[in-house]
Amino acid sequence: MKKFLAKHKQYIWLLSYLIATVVSFFFGFNPGKKVFGNFTQFFIEMITFIPFLFIIIGLFDVWFPKEKIEKHIGQESGIKGIFLVVILAMLQAGPLYGAFPVAYILYKKGASIKNIFIYLGAFSSLKIPMLGIEIGYLGIDFTLARTLVSLPLFIAIGYLMEWYLKDKNFKVNNL
Amino acid sequence: MINNAFIFIVVAIILSLISFFLDKNKTILGFKKGLKMFKGIAIPFLNILILVSLALYFIPQSSIIKYLGAGSGMLGLAIAAIVGSITLIPGFISYPIAAALVKQGASYTTVATFMTTLMMVGVVTFPLEARYLGKRVAALRNILNFIAAIIIGLLIGLIL
Repeated sequence: MKKFLAKHKQYIWLLSYLIATVVSFFFGFNPGKKVFGNFTQFFIEMITFIPFLFIIIGLFDVWFPKEKIEKHIGQESGIKGIFLVVILAMLQAGPLYGAFPVAYILYKKGASIKNIFIYLGAFSSLKIPMLGIEIGYLGIDFTLARTLVSLPLFIAIGYLMEWYLKDKNFKVNNL
Repeated sequence: MINNAFIFIVVAIILSLISFFLDKNKTILGFKKGLKMFKGIAIPFLNILILVSLALYFIPQSSIIKYLGAGSGMLGLAIAAIVGSITLIPGFISYPIAAALVKQGASYTTVATFMTTLMMVGVVTFPLEARYLGKRVAALRNILNFIAAIIIGLLIGLIL
């Protein structure tokens, strides 16, 4: 029973909300109605674009496999090297702590310190699926402004880290 | 919002048609992958929408404007940066929250700072990061990103 609850925790939460809403409407409980009003608005917002976003992401995934780019990382330096790590980062998904194992792979393949940190920066805030959701929720202006302001700062952080760590025997550990 | 959805629908249709024309099987595979990812986030997403709906009911708009609005100044920036650094909210969940904050009167500066620290600074995940990069380097990365997030927030406030 406990196991069952743990496994379906997210459904139980959703279900109890729905029951609470039905009860609110049945007894005319105003706060419940208001919260449901908020929820409906958010739900409509989401359902009108998220499914289409995932079609786009799925197509991206099959046409631009990240494995292909990964092959070239480390060999290229300069602008082309930066460009490649940024593109590789943009094709990923998931939270930042998922980026460290990839940082280790980059390190093993001989990527520069600068590019490892540029990768981490780009991974954290320029992933394509996230940019898609960001456009949907905050608009194209906000997303573009944030992207264009962030990118130079990540690259600057990459250079700073490389400058600071140059003679300090820096390495990325594998867990 | 309607316009935004419209863009996504048009882009999705155009890309699907091009993809289908080039390679039918790849397109179907892409749809399946997209659907799988959508299924993965659908329920957690609905749950967070419930949470945001509840929070919006209980937190009065006036206090959001006061602490995160255009007039909140350094205090608003500090709140956004610190909350964003400490909390661990998955990206796709943070956007509805950010959009709700903007609608309730939070400024773009505070929202951008919040989003950026959320994505780039991880106090909770610091021990894990330190195992990969070493304590000193992980600390330095977080501090630099924290500063960058504030700069990003301020610049976005100037642009938008």
